[in-house]
Amino acid sequence: MDFLAPTTWAAALAAKAEHPDAVAVAGGTDVMVEINFDRRRPPALLDLTRVPELREWAPEAGRIRLGAGVTYARVIDELGATLPGLAMAARTVGSPQIRNRGTVGGNLGAASPAGDSHPALLAADADVEVASVRGTRRIPVAEFFTGVKRNALAPDELIAAVWITPPAGPQQFCKIGTRNAMVIAVSAFGLALHPARRAVGTGIGSAAPTPRRATAAAGFLAGELEAAGLWESRGELPDALAVEFGARVRDAAAPIDDVRGTAAYRLHTLSVMARRVAGWAWTEYRSAA
Amino acid sequence: MRISLTVNGNRHDVDDVWEGESLLYALRERMGLPGSKNACEQGECGSCTVYLDDVPVCSCLVAAGQAQGRSVTTVEGLASDERLHPVQQAFLECGAVQCGFCTPGLIVSTHDLLERNPAPSDPEIREALAGNLCRCTGYEKILDAVRQAASQ
Repeated sequence: MDFLAPTTWAAALAAKAEHPDAVAVAGGTDVMVEINFDRRRPPALLDLTRVPELREWAPEAGRIRLGAGVTYARVIDELGATLPGLAMAARTVGSPQIRNRGTVGGNLGAASPAGDSHPALLAADADVEVASVRGTRRIPVAEFFTGVKRNALAPDELIAAVWITPPAGPQQFCKIGTRNAMVIAVSAFGLALHPARRAVGTGIGSAAPTPRRATAAAGFLAGELEAAGLWESRGELPDALAVEFGARVRDAAAPIDDVRGTAAYRLHTLSVMARRVAGWAWTEYRSAA
Repeated sequence: MRISLTVNGNRHDVDDVWEGESLLYALRERMGLPGSKNACEQGECGSCTVYLDDVPVCSCLVAAGQAQGRSVTTVEGLASDERLHPVQQAFLECGAVQCGFCTPGLIVSTHDLLERNPAPSDPEIREALAGNLCRCTGYEKILDAVRQAASQ
Protein backbone atom coordinates (compact mmCIF):
# COMPACT_ATOMS: atom_id res chain seq x y z
CA MET A 1 0.00 0.00 0.00
CA ASP A 2 1.17 3.53 -0.77
CA PHE A 3 0.53 6.46 1.52
CA LEU A 4 0.18 9.67 -0.45
CA ALA A 5 0.19 12.89 1.58
CA PRO A 6 -0.05 15.93 -0.71
CA THR A 7 0.20 19.34 0.95
CA THR A 8 -1.54 21.39 -1.74
CA TRP A 9 -4.80 20.96 -3.66
CA ALA A 10 -2.91 20.90 -6.97
CA ALA A 11 -0.69 18.11 -5.66
CA ALA A 12 -3.73 16.20 -4.40
CA LEU A 13 -5.38 16.33 -7.84
CA ALA A 14 -2.13 15.28 -9.50
CA ALA A 15 -1.82 12.36 -7.09
CA LYS A 16 -5.41 11.25 -7.77
CA ALA A 17 -4.80 11.48 -11.52
CA GLU A 18 -1.69 9.35 -11.17
CA HIS A 19 -3.30 6.90 -8.72
CA PRO A 20 -7.00 6.75 -9.63
CA ASP A 21 -7.43 3.66 -7.45
CA ALA A 22 -6.13 5.49 -4.36
CA VAL A 23 -8.77 5.87 -1.64
CA ALA A 24 -9.09 9.43 -0.38
CA VAL A 25 -9.11 9.68 3.41
CA ALA A 26 -9.96 12.72 5.50
CA GLY A 27 -11.20 12.09 9.05
CA GLY A 28 -10.92 8.34 8.59
CA THR A 29 -14.20 7.64 10.34
CA ASP A 30 -15.36 5.41 7.48
CA VAL A 31 -12.18 4.47 5.60
CA MET A 32 -10.16 3.41 8.65
CA VAL A 33 -12.98 1.19 9.92
CA GLU A 34 -12.89 -0.73 6.65
CA ILE A 35 -9.11 -1.06 6.82
CA ASN A 36 -9.09 -2.03 10.52
CA PHE A 37 -11.60 -4.80 9.80
CA ASP A 38 -9.80 -6.07 6.69
CA ARG A 39 -12.77 -5.20 4.52
CA ARG A 40 -10.69 -3.05 2.23
CA ARG A 41 -7.09 -3.09 1.08
CA PRO A 42 -6.74 -0.20 -1.35
CA PRO A 43 -3.48 0.04 -3.30
CA ALA A 44 -2.99 3.52 -1.86
CA LEU A 45 -4.39 5.91 0.71
CA LEU A 46 -4.58 9.55 -0.33
CA ASP A 47 -4.47 11.61 2.87
CA LEU A 48 -6.25 14.92 2.36
CA THR A 49 -5.76 16.32 5.88
CA ARG A 50 -2.66 18.27 4.88
CA VAL A 51 -4.38 20.22 2.11
CA PRO A 52 -5.12 23.65 3.63
CA GLU A 53 -7.61 24.68 0.92
CA LEU A 54 -9.98 21.89 1.97
CA ARG A 55 -10.19 23.16 5.53
CA GLU A 56 -11.54 26.58 4.58
CA TRP A 57 -15.07 27.89 4.24
CA ALA A 58 -16.13 31.32 3.05
CA PRO A 59 -19.15 33.23 1.74
CA GLU A 60 -18.94 33.51 -2.03
CA ALA A 61 -21.51 34.81 -4.51
CA GLY A 62 -24.29 34.74 -1.92
CA ARG A 63 -23.60 31.15 -0.92
CA ILE A 64 -21.31 29.37 1.50
CA ARG A 65 -18.48 27.44 -0.08
CA LEU A 66 -17.73 24.78 2.50
CA GLY A 67 -14.38 23.09 1.95
CA ALA A 68 -14.66 19.32 1.85
CA GLY A 69 -12.31 18.96 4.83
CA VAL A 70 -14.24 21.13 7.28
CA THR A 71 -15.15 18.93 10.25
CA TYR A 72 -18.62 18.51 11.74
CA ALA A 73 -17.34 20.14 14.94
CA ARG A 74 -16.47 23.27 12.97
CA VAL A 75 -19.78 23.24 11.09
CA ILE A 76 -21.50 23.28 14.48
CA ASP A 77 -19.24 25.92 16.04
CA GLU A 78 -18.73 28.25 13.10
CA LEU A 79 -21.81 27.76 10.90
CA GLY A 80 -24.55 26.80 13.36
CA ALA A 81 -26.52 29.98 12.70
CA THR A 82 -25.67 30.30 9.00
CA LEU A 83 -26.46 26.72 7.91
CA PRO A 84 -28.91 25.53 10.57
CA GLY A 85 -30.12 22.37 8.83
CA LEU A 86 -26.63 21.05 8.20
CA ALA A 87 -25.56 22.02 11.72
CA MET A 88 -28.52 20.13 13.19
CA ALA A 89 -27.51 17.06 11.25
CA ALA A 90 -23.87 17.54 12.28
CA ARG A 91 -24.85 17.54 15.96
CA THR A 92 -26.29 14.05 15.56
CA VAL A 93 -23.08 12.62 14.09
CA GLY A 94 -21.30 10.03 16.23
CA SER A 95 -19.63 11.49 19.29
CA PRO A 96 -17.38 14.47 20.05
CA GLN A 97 -14.36 12.46 18.89
CA ILE A 98 -16.04 11.56 15.60
CA ARG A 99 -17.30 15.12 14.99
CA ASN A 100 -13.74 16.36 15.56
CA ARG A 101 -12.53 14.25 12.63
CA GLY A 102 -15.45 13.53 10.30
CA THR A 103 -16.08 15.92 7.41
CA VAL A 104 -18.99 16.74 5.12
CA GLY A 105 -16.77 15.98 2.14
CA GLY A 106 -15.95 12.58 3.59
CA ASN A 107 -19.63 11.88 4.14
CA LEU A 108 -20.28 12.60 0.45
CA GLY A 109 -17.29 10.50 -0.57
CA ALA A 110 -18.60 7.51 1.38
CA ALA A 111 -22.08 8.20 -0.07
CA SER A 112 -23.77 5.95 2.46
CA PRO A 113 -27.57 5.95 2.23
CA ALA A 114 -27.43 6.68 5.98
CA GLY A 115 -24.97 9.59 5.82
CA ASP A 116 -26.18 12.18 8.31
CA SER A 117 -25.43 15.28 6.26
CA HIS A 118 -27.17 14.11 3.11
CA PRO A 119 -30.82 14.85 4.00
CA ALA A 120 -29.87 18.38 5.04
CA LEU A 121 -27.88 18.95 1.84
CA LEU A 122 -30.76 17.62 -0.28
CA ALA A 123 -33.32 19.83 1.46
CA ALA A 124 -31.10 22.89 1.04
CA ASP A 125 -30.41 22.32 -2.69
CA ALA A 126 -26.66 22.08 -2.15
CA ASP A 127 -24.19 21.54 -4.98
CA VAL A 128 -21.04 19.43 -4.78
CA GLU A 129 -17.91 20.91 -6.33
CA VAL A 130 -15.63 18.20 -7.64
CA ALA A 131 -12.30 18.60 -9.35
CA SER A 132 -9.57 16.78 -11.22
CA VAL A 133 -6.54 17.83 -13.22
CA ARG A 134 -9.03 18.10 -16.12
CA GLY A 135 -11.02 20.82 -14.41
CA THR A 136 -13.81 21.58 -11.97
CA ARG A 137 -17.54 20.88 -12.15
CA ARG A 138 -20.51 21.29 -9.86
CA ILE A 139 -23.02 18.52 -9.35
CA PRO A 140 -26.45 19.13 -7.75
CA VAL A 141 -26.42 16.98 -4.64
CA ALA A 142 -29.57 15.14 -5.76
CA GLU A 143 -27.60 13.87 -8.76
CA PHE A 144 -24.48 13.06 -6.74
CA PHE A 145 -25.69 9.80 -5.18
CA THR A 146 -25.79 7.09 -7.83
CA GLY A 147 -26.22 3.89 -5.79
CA VAL A 148 -25.54 2.27 -2.45
CA LYS A 149 -22.24 3.85 -1.36
CA ARG A 150 -21.69 5.05 -4.92
CA ASN A 151 -21.38 8.60 -6.16
CA ALA A 152 -20.87 10.55 -9.36
CA LEU A 153 -17.11 11.03 -8.94
CA ALA A 154 -14.91 9.95 -11.82
CA PRO A 155 -11.86 7.88 -10.78
CA ASP A 156 -9.55 10.89 -11.06
CA GLU A 157 -11.84 13.32 -9.23
CA LEU A 158 -11.86 14.55 -5.64
CA ILE A 159 -14.54 16.46 -3.75
CA ALA A 160 -13.40 20.05 -3.31
CA ALA A 161 -16.32 21.73 -1.57
CA VAL A 162 -20.04 21.91 -0.99
CA TRP A 163 -22.03 25.00 -1.98
CA ILE A 164 -25.00 25.84 0.20
CA THR A 165 -27.20 28.93 0.20
CA PRO A 166 -27.80 30.34 3.67
CA PRO A 167 -31.51 29.81 4.11
CA ALA A 168 -34.18 32.49 4.04
CA GLY A 169 -36.55 30.14 5.86
CA PRO A 170 -36.58 27.52 8.61
CA GLN A 171 -34.69 24.24 8.34
CA GLN A 172 -35.17 21.11 10.41
CA PHE A 173 -33.57 17.69 10.75
CA CYS A 174 -34.72 14.57 12.52
CA LYS A 175 -33.05 11.18 12.95
CA ILE A 176 -34.12 7.86 14.45
CA GLY A 177 -31.66 5.71 16.37
CA THR A 178 -31.37 3.63 19.49
CA ARG A 179 -29.60 6.35 21.45
CA ASN A 180 -28.58 9.96 20.87
CA ALA A 181 -24.87 9.29 20.36
CA MET A 182 -22.98 6.89 18.09
CA VAL A 183 -25.99 6.03 16.00
CA ILE A 184 -26.12 5.18 12.33
CA ALA A 185 -29.52 6.47 11.32
CA VAL A 186 -32.34 3.95 11.19
CA SER A 187 -34.04 6.67 9.20
CA ALA A 188 -33.62 10.42 8.91
CA PHE A 189 -35.42 13.38 7.40
CA GLY A 190 -34.37 16.91 6.54
CA LEU A 191 -36.72 19.76 5.68
CA ALA A 192 -36.20 23.31 4.42
CA LEU A 193 -38.87 25.93 3.81
CA HIS A 194 -38.02 28.32 0.98
CA PRO A 195 -40.63 31.07 1.51
CA ALA A 196 -39.23 33.42 -1.14
CA ARG A 197 -39.98 30.93 -3.90
CA ARG A 198 -42.86 29.25 -2.10
CA ALA A 199 -41.08 25.92 -2.15
CA VAL A 200 -40.28 23.09 0.24
CA GLY A 201 -37.02 21.12 0.27
CA THR A 202 -36.80 17.56 1.56
CA GLY A 203 -34.20 14.87 2.13
CA ILE A 204 -34.77 11.26 3.16
CA GLY A 205 -31.92 9.33 4.78
CA SER A 206 -31.42 5.62 5.36
CA ALA A 207 -34.67 4.58 3.71
CA ALA A 208 -33.70 3.98 0.07
CA PRO A 209 -30.62 2.78 -1.86
CA THR A 210 -29.44 6.40 -1.87
CA PRO A 211 -30.33 9.51 0.05
CA ARG A 212 -33.21 11.00 -1.92
CA ARG A 213 -35.77 13.75 -2.02
CA ALA A 214 -39.49 13.37 -1.44
CA THR A 215 -40.22 15.54 -4.48
CA ALA A 216 -43.93 14.86 -4.82
CA ALA A 217 -44.52 15.35 -1.10
CA ALA A 218 -42.61 18.63 -1.17
CA GLY A 219 -44.62 19.88 -4.15
CA PHE A 220 -47.83 18.85 -2.46
CA LEU A 221 -47.04 20.72 0.77
CA ALA A 222 -45.84 23.84 -1.04
CA GLY A 223 -48.93 23.83 -3.25
CA GLU A 224 -51.38 23.37 -0.39
CA LEU A 225 -49.70 26.18 1.57
CA GLU A 226 -50.01 28.39 -1.51
CA ALA A 227 -53.63 27.44 -2.17
CA ALA A 228 -54.63 28.27 1.39
CA GLY A 229 -52.68 31.53 1.35
CA LEU A 230 -50.65 30.34 4.31
CA TRP A 231 -47.27 31.57 3.03
CA GLU A 232 -48.68 35.13 3.29
CA SER A 233 -50.98 34.80 6.28
CA ARG A 234 -48.56 32.65 8.28
CA GLY A 235 -51.65 30.99 9.69
CA GLU A 236 -51.55 27.68 11.51
CA LEU A 237 -50.48 24.57 9.63
CA PRO A 238 -53.57 22.34 9.47
CA ASP A 239 -52.95 19.01 11.23
CA ALA A 240 -54.43 17.08 8.33
CA LEU A 241 -51.98 18.74 5.95
CA ALA A 242 -49.00 17.80 8.10
CA VAL A 243 -50.26 14.23 8.37
CA GLU A 244 -50.78 13.95 4.62
CA PHE A 245 -47.32 15.42 4.01
CA GLY A 246 -45.88 12.74 6.32
CA ALA A 247 -47.72 10.02 4.42
CA ARG A 248 -46.42 11.30 1.08
CA VAL A 249 -42.85 11.49 2.39
CA ARG A 250 -43.24 7.89 3.53
CA ASP A 251 -44.44 6.95 0.04
CA ALA A 252 -41.26 8.41 -1.46
CA ALA A 253 -39.04 5.99 0.46
CA ALA A 254 -37.95 2.50 -0.58
CA PRO A 255 -36.38 1.00 2.55
CA ILE A 256 -35.14 -2.49 3.32
CA ASP A 257 -35.06 -4.64 6.44
CA ASP A 258 -31.61 -4.73 8.00
CA VAL A 259 -29.90 -5.02 11.38
CA ARG A 260 -30.84 -1.48 12.35
CA GLY A 261 -34.56 -1.71 11.62
CA THR A 262 -37.30 -3.09 9.44
CA ALA A 263 -38.59 -1.48 6.29
CA ALA A 264 -42.00 -1.11 7.93
CA TYR A 265 -40.52 0.71 10.91
CA ARG A 266 -38.54 3.00 8.64
CA LEU A 267 -41.70 3.90 6.69
CA HIS A 268 -43.61 4.59 9.87
CA THR A 269 -40.86 6.72 11.38
CA LEU A 270 -40.53 8.74 8.18
CA SER A 271 -44.22 9.62 8.21
CA VAL A 272 -43.96 10.69 11.85
CA MET A 273 -40.70 12.63 11.41
CA ALA A 274 -41.94 14.45 8.31
CA ARG A 275 -45.18 15.43 10.06
CA ARG A 276 -43.28 16.68 13.10
CA VAL A 277 -40.56 18.64 11.32
CA ALA A 278 -43.17 20.30 9.11
CA GLY A 279 -44.86 21.49 12.30
CA TRP A 280 -41.61 22.67 13.88
CA ALA A 281 -40.52 24.50 10.74
CA TRP A 282 -43.92 26.10 10.28
CA THR A 283 -44.01 27.28 13.90
CA GLU A 284 -40.60 28.86 13.34
CA TYR A 285 -41.80 30.49 10.11
CA ARG A 286 -44.86 31.95 11.88
CA SER A 287 -42.84 33.29 14.80
CA ALA A 288 -40.34 34.92 12.41
CA ALA A 289 -43.03 37.25 11.05
CA MET B 1 7.35 3.73 6.03
CA ARG B 2 8.85 5.93 8.70
CA ILE B 3 6.81 8.45 10.64
CA SER B 4 8.12 11.14 12.95
CA LEU B 5 5.84 12.75 15.47
CA THR B 6 5.80 14.23 18.95
CA VAL B 7 4.09 12.15 21.61
CA ASN B 8 3.69 13.53 25.13
CA GLY B 9 6.37 16.09 24.34
CA ASN B 10 8.91 13.56 23.10
CA ARG B 11 9.90 13.13 19.48
CA HIS B 12 9.45 9.62 18.11
CA ASP B 13 10.84 8.28 14.84
CA VAL B 14 8.98 5.09 14.10
CA ASP B 15 10.06 2.69 11.38
CA ASP B 16 8.27 -0.09 9.52
CA VAL B 17 4.86 1.50 9.91
CA TRP B 18 2.36 -0.16 7.57
CA GLU B 19 0.60 2.43 5.41
CA GLY B 20 -2.86 1.29 6.52
CA GLU B 21 -1.96 1.13 10.19
CA SER B 22 -3.81 3.17 12.79
CA LEU B 23 -2.18 5.68 15.11
CA LEU B 24 -3.50 3.52 17.95
CA TYR B 25 -1.54 0.50 16.75
CA ALA B 26 1.61 2.57 16.29
CA LEU B 27 1.31 4.02 19.79
CA ARG B 28 0.71 0.67 21.46
CA GLU B 29 2.84 -1.72 19.46
CA ARG B 30 5.66 0.45 18.14
CA MET B 31 6.10 3.22 20.70
CA GLY B 32 5.49 1.27 23.92
CA LEU B 33 2.51 3.37 24.97
CA PRO B 34 -0.27 0.90 25.81
CA GLY B 35 -2.36 3.38 27.83
CA SER B 36 -4.70 4.02 24.92
CA LYS B 37 -6.86 0.91 24.70
CA ASN B 38 -7.83 -1.06 21.64
CA ALA B 39 -11.42 -2.28 21.92
CA CYS B 40 -13.77 -1.67 19.00
CA GLU B 41 -11.44 -0.36 16.27
CA GLN B 42 -14.36 1.51 14.74
CA GLY B 43 -14.65 4.69 16.76
CA GLU B 44 -17.61 3.46 18.80
CA CYS B 45 -16.09 3.03 22.25
CA GLY B 46 -13.66 5.91 22.76
CA SER B 47 -11.17 3.75 24.68
CA CYS B 48 -8.39 4.89 22.34
CA THR B 49 -9.08 8.62 22.72
CA VAL B 50 -5.95 10.79 22.44
CA TYR B 51 -5.29 14.41 21.65
CA LEU B 52 -4.12 15.00 18.08
CA ASP B 53 -2.84 18.59 17.97
CA ASP B 54 -4.99 19.37 21.04
CA VAL B 55 -8.18 17.88 19.57
CA PRO B 56 -9.56 14.64 21.09
CA VAL B 57 -9.92 11.91 18.49
CA CYS B 58 -10.27 8.15 18.32
CA SER B 59 -6.70 7.09 17.52
CA CYS B 60 -8.02 3.88 15.92
CA LEU B 61 -9.49 6.02 13.12
CA VAL B 62 -6.37 8.10 12.48
CA ALA B 63 -4.00 6.58 9.95
CA ALA B 64 -0.54 6.59 11.50
CA GLY B 65 0.72 8.49 8.47
CA GLN B 66 -1.79 11.25 9.17
CA ALA B 67 0.04 11.88 12.47
CA GLN B 68 3.34 12.53 10.69
CA GLY B 69 4.82 15.74 12.07
CA ARG B 70 1.92 16.24 14.47
CA SER B 71 1.72 16.38 18.22
CA VAL B 72 -0.09 13.64 20.14
CA THR B 73 -0.93 13.53 23.83
CA THR B 74 -2.01 10.21 25.29
CA VAL B 75 -3.30 9.37 28.75
CA GLU B 76 0.33 8.69 29.71
CA GLY B 77 1.10 12.36 29.09
CA LEU B 78 -1.43 13.88 31.48
CA ALA B 79 0.25 13.24 34.84
CA SER B 80 3.24 15.39 35.75
CA ASP B 81 6.24 13.75 37.42
CA GLU B 82 4.86 11.29 39.96
CA ARG B 83 1.62 13.18 40.57
CA LEU B 84 -1.61 12.13 38.95
CA HIS B 85 -3.58 14.72 37.07
CA PRO B 86 -6.57 15.94 39.14
CA VAL B 87 -8.91 14.14 36.70
CA GLN B 88 -7.06 10.87 37.29
CA GLN B 89 -7.06 11.46 41.05
CA ALA B 90 -10.81 12.12 41.00
CA PHE B 91 -11.50 8.87 39.10
CA LEU B 92 -9.42 7.01 41.71
CA GLU B 93 -11.10 8.64 44.70
CA CYS B 94 -14.63 8.25 43.36
CA GLY B 95 -14.24 4.57 42.44
CA ALA B 96 -14.91 5.45 38.82
CA VAL B 97 -12.78 2.50 37.71
CA GLN B 98 -14.11 -1.03 37.51
CA CYS B 99 -12.32 -3.21 34.96
CA GLY B 100 -10.42 -0.08 33.90
CA PHE B 101 -10.47 -0.68 30.17
CA CYS B 102 -12.53 2.40 29.31
CA THR B 103 -10.76 4.58 31.88
CA PRO B 104 -7.92 6.02 29.76
CA GLY B 105 -10.35 7.24 27.11
CA LEU B 106 -12.70 8.67 29.71
CA ILE B 107 -9.80 10.45 31.41
CA VAL B 108 -8.74 12.10 28.15
CA SER B 109 -12.33 13.06 27.25
CA THR B 110 -12.92 14.47 30.75
CA HIS B 111 -9.61 16.34 30.59
CA ASP B 112 -10.72 17.94 27.33
CA LEU B 113 -14.18 18.77 28.68
CA LEU B 114 -12.80 20.55 31.73
CA GLU B 115 -10.23 22.43 29.65
CA ARG B 116 -13.07 23.85 27.55
CA ASN B 117 -15.72 24.08 30.26
CA PRO B 118 -14.45 24.13 33.86
CA ALA B 119 -17.95 23.95 35.36
CA PRO B 120 -20.02 21.65 33.16
CA SER B 121 -23.67 20.84 33.86
CA ASP B 122 -24.72 17.18 34.02
CA PRO B 123 -26.15 17.24 30.47
CA GLU B 124 -22.89 18.77 29.25
CA ILE B 125 -20.90 16.01 30.97
CA ARG B 126 -23.10 13.35 29.40
CA GLU B 127 -22.77 14.89 25.97
CA ALA B 128 -18.99 15.25 26.28
CA LEU B 129 -18.61 11.61 27.33
CA ALA B 130 -21.16 10.21 24.85
CA GLY B 131 -18.37 8.72 22.76
CA ASN B 132 -16.87 6.71 25.63
CA LEU B 133 -18.47 3.42 26.56
CA CYS B 134 -18.10 1.67 29.93
CA ARG B 135 -19.37 -1.90 29.63
CA CYS B 136 -19.14 -2.43 33.38
CA THR B 137 -21.83 0.29 33.28
CA GLY B 138 -20.21 2.25 36.10
CA TYR B 139 -21.43 5.55 34.74
CA GLU B 140 -22.72 7.01 38.03
CA LYS B 141 -19.25 6.87 39.62
CA ILE B 142 -17.75 8.28 36.44
CA LEU B 143 -20.13 11.23 36.59
CA ASP B 144 -19.20 11.67 40.28
CA ALA B 145 -15.53 11.76 39.30
CA VAL B 146 -16.08 14.38 36.60
CA ARG B 147 -18.06 16.55 39.03
CA GLN B 148 -15.34 16.17 41.66
CA ALA B 149 -12.56 17.02 39.20
CA ALA B 150 -14.54 20.07 38.07
CA SER B 151 -14.93 21.24 41.66
CA GLN B 152 -11.18 21.31 42.26
